[in-house]
Order: sequence, then C-alpha cells, then structure tokens
Amino acid sequence: MSTTTGTATGTVVPTERRVPPLGGFSTTLVGLELRRLLRNRRAVIFTLVMPSVFFLLFGTDGDYKDQASGAGNLTARIMVSMAVYGAMIATTSGGAMVATERAVGWSRQLRLTPLNPVAYIAVKALVAMTMGLAAVVAVFVVGSLAGAQLPLWRLVVCGLLAWVCSLVFAAFGLFMGYLLPSENVMQILGPGLAILSFAGGLFVPLTEFSHVFATLAKLTPAYGVGELARAPFGGEHDLALAALNVVAWGLVFVLGAAWRMSRDTQRV
Amino acid sequence: MNDTTPAVRLAGVTKTFGSVRAVDGLDLTIEPGEVVAFLGPNGAGKTTTVDMLLGLSRPTSGTVEVLGGDPRHAVALGRVAAVMQTGGLLKDFTIRETVELTASLFRPSRPVDEVLDRAGIADVADRMVAKASGGQQQRLRFALALLPDPDLLILDEPTTGMDVQGRRDFWSAIRADADRGRTTLFATHYLEEADAYADRIVLVRHGRVVADGTAAQVKAMAAGRSVRATWRGADTRALASLEGVDSVDVRGDSVVVHAKDSDGVARFLLTQTPATDLEITSRNLEDAFVALTADAPADTRDREGVLA
Repeated sequence: MSTTTGTATGTVVPTERRVPPLGGFSTTLVGLELRRLLRNRRAVIFTLVMPSVFFLLFGTDGDYKDQASGAGNLTARIMVSMAVYGAMIATTSGGAMVATERAVGWSRQLRLTPLNPVAYIAVKALVAMTMGLAAVVAVFVVGSLAGAQLPLWRLVVCGLLAWVCSLVFAAFGLFMGYLLPSENVMQILGPGLAILSFAGGLFVPLTEFSHVFATLAKLTPAYGVGELARAPFGGEHDLALAALNVVAWGLVFVLGAAWRMSRDTQRV
Repeated sequence: MNDTTPAVRLAGVTKTFGSVRAVDGLDLTIEPGEVVAFLGPNGAGKTTTVDMLLGLSRPTSGTVEVLGGDPRHAVALGRVAAVMQTGGLLKDFTIRETVELTASLFRPSRPVDEVLDRAGIADVADRMVAKASGGQQQRLRFALALLPDPDLLILDEPTTGMDVQGRRDFWSAIRADADRGRTTLFATHYLEEADAYADRIVLVRHGRVVADGTAAQVKAMAAGRSVRATWRGADTRALASLEGVDSVDVRGDSVVVHAKDSDGVARFLLTQTPATDLEITSRNLEDAFVALTADAPADTRDREGVLA
C-alpha cells in the first residue's frame, strides 16, 4: 500500500507506509518517558531521597556499624532493606504512571497511533526498572559513605537481587494503575507500600515480631524481595520460601495487570 | 488500492450501550477528497460513530470500513488520524516532546518542526503542556494528527477553545490539505464553520442520517426562504393567499414573507405592489439544523432520507 506526500517544494514523493518496528518501542520513547518522570519532583524525592534519609535515620547508629551481621555489619543490612524499599517505591510509581495516563485520556490519544499495547507496557516496565535501579544505587552510595560494610561482590549481588526482584512491584504498580483510575494514585499507594515494607520486615526484622505476626508477615509481598536481597549476607535465610513468595506475588500482579489491561483496551 | 475505494463506508451500522441505541442503522459513504461536516445535537451519535471509524469501539452490527479496510489497520499505518475531544495530553511534557513522542511511532512521519509550524505552535513549542492555553492544546492535538500525513482526517469539535484568528488559521490549513486530496470529516457545533468549510453536510439525529447534501441543499430542506421588502401598509391578506406562503410578518414599514416559492412572492411584490428594497435570504443553517434535528414533530420522519 502506498500513498503520496506533497513536500514544500511541490514535488511528489511516494512513501511506503509501515507499522513501526517493535510495536513502537524505541529508545526515544523510553528517554522521553524518563525525562518526564524525573520532572516529577515528588516522585524523585520519594524514590531517590527518602529511602536514603530513612537509612540515615535508622541504620547509622554507632552500635549498628560495629555489630556484625553475616558477612557485613548491621548498617549494611539495613542499607539493603532500605534499597529494597526504595526500589519498591520507584518501580510501583513507574508502573502506576498508567493511572495518570488513563485519567487524563493520554492512553486514548495513544490509541490513535500504531503503538502496540505490549510495547507500551514494555516502555512502562523499563522506565520503572530504570528508576528502581537509580533508587538502589542512591541508597548504596549513601550507605557506603555512611559506614555500611560488606564485601564488594556481595554488595553487588544484593543490589542486583533487590533490583531484579522489584520487577514484582513494577507489575504491582501496573495492576494498581489499571485498577485505580486516579491521577494521584501514589497518594494511595505510598502509605500502602510503607505498610507492606513494615509487614515484610524491611523496617524492623521479623525476629522482633510475635510468632503469629512473623508467620503472617512471610506471606506479604515485600518479604520475599527483602529476604532474597539480603541473602548474600549468608546465615539463616529461608530462600525457598522467599523465592516462592516473589514468584507467587509476581504472578498475581502480572495476571492482575493483564486482566485489567485487556478490559481497558476493549473499552477504550 | 484503486481510486474508487471510498474513504469511509458505513453500512447499516448500529451501536447499543445496554438499552440505549446510540447509533441506529447509519449509512454513510464518503468519497476521497470530500470535506464533510457531521452535525447533530448532543447525543445524536456523532462521537460514537467517530469512535467506530477509529476502531476505538466495534459496531454492534453493520459494516465499518475506512479506506477500504479495517479501521485499526488504517490507524496503525497512519492512513487515518484524528483530533479527538477526549484525547488527553500529558501535562508534564512540553509541546515539542509530545510531538516528538508521537512522531517516533509513525513510519514515515512528517518532521516535528513542520507540523509545529503548520499548527501555529512553533513559537511555544518548549512550553509545558500544563502551561499551554486551551487553544494551544487543541493546536497541539491537530499537530499530532498531521504527523502521519493521513489520507483521512477526522476532527471532533476541532476548534474548541481557539480564538477567532486560531479558527481561521486552522480552517485554512484544513482547506489547503483538502485541496491536495485529503478527505476530512469533522463534527462541530459551530454551524457557520460547517457552512463555510464543508463540501457536504451530514445531519444526524438519534443515530441516523436525517439530511445529507451541500449546505445549500440542507438549508433548502428546512423549507423555503424569506423575502423582506419595504411596503408601508402592506396588504398581508393578499400576500398570505399566494401559493406556498408559510407566514407573513409586518415589522414597522417592512414585511417579511416566509415561502417555499420565494420567486413567486418576489415577482408579486415587484410587479403588483409598491414594495421596494427587496431582499431574499435563505434560511440559515442553524434554522435548518433546528428544524431537522428537533424532536417530536411527526413530519420530520418524512424528511428522513430525502436527500440521503
């Protein structure tokens, strides 16, 4: 199929119309989306600044720096937990951007372009994961300057695990983004994530919980990510349970997002 | 694809939402190169029809073809583009970024600077969308629709929020493209825009086409013209007895006669009375619009499809 395009000089140039490669996914698209996210001061403060502040408040006590915790010190362990918290917020808010886009009608505008829904989700996920990586790195840099001690390779593995596992929360953000048609969805999700982080043992170790609460805590979505991310410290970790937790919640959120998304594209 | 493929073909299209029939057996064919105004009162089914033309929703029954194929396919290839009332913009992009993002999706795409210029927003391109006026945002939607250089452009209330100059610029851009062969379908409630810029007017009511023709034909369907003359002490009885006269009003020294046969009235006034300053005006499109789309009058059903 072809058409003709008149140019300013009046010559007629035949053009072949095509569907964009990769369904419209491109670095241009990812770059623009990242730029937009970084413009959102609230998002930047919550993802890149707050987890580090929490770490400095809760993790840099003089005793903690001297207290060994597996292969590192307690400060490092708290640093990793806060990095997981930061990655959770970053990836959730990245995914939840779809809520804003639906609320203002941008997703409808995009339906007038060749952008494939799968490519759209891939862009959202990539933006969310980029922010997640930035959140982890921010806490690790602050942590290393503030006395966290852990051999480098263990530190890197901790960071990678925290980051990769936060994919679960990118899916959570997408699911919530499609579920809650609100422009301010993060005002609901922010406190929700704080509760999940507490319940999952990111702020207080589960050993401080009563037996019943500790058992329940292991069923919440932040537990698995935190447990896996801290595994490189060595010592006692129920890695099988943590992995099961991550996979199960990941599946729940991905299926939930896919379900809401398919309903959404039917209606739009 | 050959030249006889219609730009738009709707055949027996219905769309129901629960018990509401938004579109009720709509038939409409638009040939390439036509500029068609789609008019109707709120709730007549205009936006629902536009949604189906863009593949945003599927008809309950009937056929919807755009440029000889499936609407979604035409959208994916950039052959059809639209300025939608409901298409939202992201506040935290600049105008230019919004265009860049959309341009990255079309193969091929017109250059970003060209469409910014044509839409008249090149000078405010670096402004955040949140800081842009309603008219500038509407021009931005127009710029986005120009990117794929579409064969068919669909506009739903395109000039909402634009000032007079903006409307004029907008329509001259639309006409220039139409002269190059772009098919354009626009829904509007500015009747003077339909009158001035459309080759053809399609009036819809309750999801059906009630009138379809040139502006002059549609106006004529609302029956007759008015003849105004200066005639002190006019003989209203004589005027009312003329063939095809609907009403006679005396306003001071003037008399205004509404008649189907305006020529007959004029001839009578000029040859057999002392009347001077004769003026014959067709009813305007607004009168036609009200007459043809108003609810209730039983005779409106007879008019359906007269020109369709």
